Amino acid sequence: MSLPAIAVRNLVKTFGDTTVLHGIDLEIPQGQVSCLIGPSGSGKSTLLRCMAFLEEATSGTISVNGEVLGFTETAQGVRERISASANRAIRAQIGMVFQQFNLWPHMTALGNVSEALKMVQKMSRKQAEELAMAQLVKVGLESRAGHYPSQLSGGQQQRVAIARALAMKPKIMLFDEPTSSLDPELTGEVLNVMRDLAAEGMTMVVVSHEIGFAATVGQNITFLDHGKVQFSGPPQEVFKKPRNPRLEQFLDTYLDRGASMLL
Amino acid sequence: MTFDINVILDQMPQIISGAGVTLLTWIVGTICAVIIGFFVAVGRRFGGMLLDNVLGFAVAILRGTPFLIQIFLVYYGGPFIGLSLDPIPAGLIGISIYGAAYYSEIFRSGFLAVPKGHIEAGECVGMTQGQIIRRILLPEMTMLVLPPSLNMAVLLMKETAVLSIITVPELTATLSAIGAQQYAFVEALSVLALFYWVLVEITGRLGHFVETKLTRFRFFNA
Repeated sequence: MSLPAIAVRNLVKTFGDTTVLHGIDLEIPQGQVSCLIGPSGSGKSTLLRCMAFLEEATSGTISVNGEVLGFTETAQGVRERISASANRAIRAQIGMVFQQFNLWPHMTALGNVSEALKMVQKMSRKQAEELAMAQLVKVGLESRAGHYPSQLSGGQQQRVAIARALAMKPKIMLFDEPTSSLDPELTGEVLNVMRDLAAEGMTMVVVSHEIGFAATVGQNITFLDHGKVQFSGPPQEVFKKPRNPRLEQFLDTYLDRGASMLL
Repeated sequence: MTFDINVILDQMPQIISGAGVTLLTWIVGTICAVIIGFFVAVGRRFGGMLLDNVLGFAVAILRGTPFLIQIFLVYYGGPFIGLSLDPIPAGLIGISIYGAAYYSEIFRSGFLAVPKGHIEAGECVGMTQGQIIRRILLPEMTMLVLPPSLNMAVLLMKETAVLSIITVPELTATLSAIGAQQYAFVEALSVLALFYWVLVEITGRLGHFVETKLTRFRFFNA
């Protein structure tokens, strides 16, 4: 059994008085597509944001390829924050794609993808732009390199955002509802890029309402509800014979909407 | 009584000198106001709660009192604390501080208007706090604050007329004096209004030009 790409141990996250995650334990295996599904407010996005260290967990740990994210424990068992640069080194293994794309509006597509190569990896402009161009080719947008985000469709913006994350050569890609702000026609082009990525063996964690994608591409499905992992397993078990009543109820709403033909 | 504009136009050298002082106090004052306002906004955003409260209080006073009174206090109140200033420096200080209060609020709202996700995207690709501020926060904020900043610059230009009250020899003081000497107030004030309007128009056109250049950067869905 190889080391999990991400290991979540007893993770608790509270916002003020509200507990959003109640002690999550989860392992993300290497080289597979893991999907987090669940109703709104179930905590799936918060869990993903904790993995990207965009939220700091209240307690518990997240290890990325064996290294604990954000904190270290002293001999007395006190949790201490690690230095920003040490944490950046661990976070560099992770790429993140957001629901709202979050492209920088004052930079072209090429500028968005090459920015971190120049700033973080200290590449020359020429070298950074060559690599960035290669990533844009990969998501099929080389002809849009000189366009600003406002000149691109939602689907194109999201593909640029994926290229921006991939340019940093992450070992794990996190997707936070990557198609939720796209209309169905544009959803397809983003999902195709993600399928290609999965086929290359990228470790992916996808929070999505695209049950069809989860069923066809996902290798592990984790169902969250009320901040707890309710069920976790391969897609056949989750979708064909859901034994968890809450999961069954959740899936019914999707099957009603015609997703049953995909299963 | 006839409306004779030539009475005024004969004094052109004086008028041009007055226009020069107006432009000087306006441009230098606005630049100082933008710079001070920027640091006030940065101090309030990143400098902790105490600094935020202190600066917030100062800004509230400056925005809550008339500029006329502020400039009186700087010029006539200065000597009480050992600060005797000539009219032009006093006027520049007045415009800079008054403008800074407003600019700090414009920048503060600019900081708040940059979507949090754009900052998070920078963190996720490994950029440092400094790189994020320099490469993402400031450029995006600049785009957002450009229209209100230009508007404020126009308002400040018109506020420079108030400096005539502390004997700064700018356009309003000059033309009022000419009007009094020649007994041609209506002509003098008409020329004065025309001057300000032309200046505002030029500023507006310039601003509009810059804004159109930046439209392609506008947020698509944020």
